[in-house]
Amino acid sequence: MEFKDYYQILGIDKNASEDEIKKAYRKLARKLHPDLNPNDKEAHKKFQEINEANEVLSDPEKRKKYDKYGKDWQHAEQFEQARQSQQHRGGFSESFSGDFEQGDFSEFFNSMFGGTGGGKTRRETRFRGEDYHAQLQLNLADVFKSHQQVLTVNGKNIRITIPAGVEDGQRIRVKEHGGAGINGGPNGDLYIEFHIVNNTKFKRDGKDLYANADIDLYTAVLGGEITTDTFDGKVKLKIQPGTQNGAKIRLKGKGFPVYKQESEFGDLIITLNVNIPTDLTEKQKELFEQLSKL
Amino acid sequence: MTQDFIIADEFCASHHLEISFIHSLKDHGMIETIFVDQALCIHVEELPRLEQIVRLHHDLDINLEGIEVINDLLQRIEEMQDEIARLKKRLDLFEDVPRR
Repeated sequence: MEFKDYYQILGIDKNASEDEIKKAYRKLARKLHPDLNPNDKEAHKKFQEINEANEVLSDPEKRKKYDKYGKDWQHAEQFEQARQSQQHRGGFSESFSGDFEQGDFSEFFNSMFGGTGGGKTRRETRFRGEDYHAQLQLNLADVFKSHQQVLTVNGKNIRITIPAGVEDGQRIRVKEHGGAGINGGPNGDLYIEFHIVNNTKFKRDGKDLYANADIDLYTAVLGGEITTDTFDGKVKLKIQPGTQNGAKIRLKGKGFPVYKQESEFGDLIITLNVNIPTDLTEKQKELFEQLSKL
Repeated sequence: MTQDFIIADEFCASHHLEISFIHSLKDHGMIETIFVDQALCIHVEELPRLEQIVRLHHDLDINLEGIEVINDLLQRIEEMQDEIARLKKRLDLFEDVPRR
């Protein structure tokens, strides 16, 4: 367990007045508040620290105990017991409430203030619990259709529906499944960020898909038909005579589902690559030469 | 239809707020309210933003004008982050497409 210098955490002097403590805390809270620092775990950690420091230093009883034992906090309880037994009943007895969630504060705090009973102090400020941020990795094919999935977050099972068309990096909010509130405050929320892994030959840009298809020289020149893959099957494509290398064909409605728009799909854009024959036979070479002289 | 709305009085009771706070937010154009069966209601989609406003107001003593500025800046940051993510994905399209 690490000793926590609450004065240093709040950036104040050991003789700071209640007003100075309050001001220092407010200033840091405005800087580090989770709502002002979304997705910043370091800021969230520091916010917990200043909360803990404020919890102790803004309460005269707790501050007294903290000041008294300081770095010898490990022996605070032993000192207290020895002192109480010396002074008999009615002597110095401090009591600290379990008004706050012990899990929100450091091991140091809990060892110093968490074990004692009573209900003397009362925190004024209720804080909402920390928002949890989780990542869920899915394959592109997994989000082609809506489906349900059970996630385990902090030992709790949560069933969520993953709508078709979810984007890479998109977040959904599961209300009150985050960290426990402080002092009776509401629980934080759970944010799930989707990380979509694309291991297909298709490139995705929102609702549109992009892919390449090869055609031979003769089909490009004379026209014809090819069979190519879409995300959910194969289609036949008509190739116009005189098709250029790099020409694009847009297949309406053959792209990716649109998020939360049932039965709506983007387009599939196919880029045609004309394969130039390389190992020509003598006969083919002769015919190409004839063509070139026409 | 009513399941999409939250009764403002109930929201205020659970967050220890006066109903005047909701009126002030509406006057500042920060939230939209609607009457459903003669009860002042807030659309459920407004809830995350409204809860954030309440937290900033309560936790940090920030007045409504300050919250308005913060919300505006946070929204701009979020839009920029989304834009960066979108551009990164588009850049990917210029890389080699795996061939069959």
